[in-house]
Amino acid sequence: MSKVMDGIFYAESHEWVKREGQIGIIGITDFAQSQLGSVVFVDLPEVGSKVVKGKEFGAVESVKAASDLISPISGKVVAINDELIGEPENINKDAFDSWLIKVEITDANEFSSLLDATAYRKISQ
Amino acid sequence: MDIIQKTSLYEKHLALNAKIEPFSGYLMPIEYSGIIQEHNAVRTKCGMFDVSHMGEIYVKGTDALKFVEYVTTNELRSKPSGKVVYGLMLYENGTVVDDLLTYKFNNETFLLVVNASNVSKDYTWLVDQTEGFEVLVSNHSEDYSEVAIQGPDSERLVKELLNIDLSDLDAFEFVCATYQDHDVLISRTGYTGEDGFEIYGDHLAINMIWDALYDSGQVLPCGLGARDTLRFEAALPLYGHEISDKITPLEAGFGMFVKFDKGDFIGRNALLKQKADGLTQKVVGIELTDRAIPRQGYLVYANDQQIGTITTGYLSISTGKPLALALIDAKYSIIDTAISVQIRNKFYAGFVRNKQFVKKNYKIKGDMKK
Repeated sequence: MSKVMDGIFYAESHEWVKREGQIGIIGITDFAQSQLGSVVFVDLPEVGSKVVKGKEFGAVESVKAASDLISPISGKVVAINDELIGEPENINKDAFDSWLIKVEITDANEFSSLLDATAYRKISQ
Repeated sequence: MDIIQKTSLYEKHLALNAKIEPFSGYLMPIEYSGIIQEHNAVRTKCGMFDVSHMGEIYVKGTDALKFVEYVTTNELRSKPSGKVVYGLMLYENGTVVDDLLTYKFNNETFLLVVNASNVSKDYTWLVDQTEGFEVLVSNHSEDYSEVAIQGPDSERLVKELLNIDLSDLDAFEFVCATYQDHDVLISRTGYTGEDGFEIYGDHLAINMIWDALYDSGQVLPCGLGARDTLRFEAALPLYGHEISDKITPLEAGFGMFVKFDKGDFIGRNALLKQKADGLTQKVVGIELTDRAIPRQGYLVYANDQQIGTITTGYLSISTGKPLALALIDAKYSIIDTAISVQIRNKFYAGFVRNKQFVKKNYKIKGDMKK
């Protein structure tokens, strides 16, 4: 059974986003990493680039396949998790600790369309 | 699509909690403990694969030798009984019906082992070519299970665990043996680039062999995921990728398995013409210098022009490098030619290289050939 964290937001495409003031921290869910299998590569956007809700912003890749990352919210990338470039397998160890990017939130209203932990549990069983 | 089938080992895969997916009409294990671990077990120790989905077709009769040489590219007349020969079946236009291993029992009996995805196509194709030949072609794919034991420890473990001594068997040779009073056929062959064996037998025999190997804890069950990453690094082709009904063996770089001197065979004229005219496309190795993973279907560019497509690609487990096999315009096939691969709307730099990414480790004439 995969882990779902309370108090953060989820997209149906299996990304999570945690809100800290004007910053949104984005990662993939434990369910997503378990479906992918061993992560061997992450492709992240550059700091300063824009991500758009519902649009691809990079990829997480297992041995067998590349899986697009879809941004749960819109914003400007202010940080990427460099550690994952060298140790992508950390995503398998703890998907909620292994954040991918931090963005400056463009439109806080976008959070209202995301799932809460209860709703996400239902689609990730 | 036909009803999905299960191999005789299916329940064992379920019990091992394997990730199972449909492949070539069979529910097959993709991975058990993880592709990386399984891949490394085969490169360094020993792993086993359920390959019961492979097709087994017998050709028997007074013209069997003549027929097999006519429908495949390789030569069998000079080979002794007990020899396994890699070859390809071609269409008249020189493109590939399938690639296969041919087991020579004698000049009147051959076993053709073909890809699961092509069994019925191959069988029909073979039967259609029999006019004028005294041969009987029969499909025994449902009668056999098959397990592949692969990796440097295979010979020792087969001896210890199955009590079968195969130290006298060279790569591409086979013997008939028995296990617990069941007849089995064992060849020193595989699809990983490593030393190892493929054992064919009735379903019960292969289940008993699987259990004996598994229970020892020394042979790791491996799925089709690792089978593909392993065969890819050794540049062994997969039908539908590096060879297909759109690619000839010459374009795929397998001219050494095409014996023009033996006389007529299906596809010979087309290949001779292609040889004379020169190749327009070729399968090459590609290595990226940028960090990214080239995958099947991605487009290959040179000088802002699309020159081909990736046929198989991985972040290679054994080398850690982003490597690929690609079918490209022959003009760009020279080693070290700069190319780029489009991955998610970005272009990543790389170069053409030899396609054997890891050296084969086969046992030939008593020595391990590196």
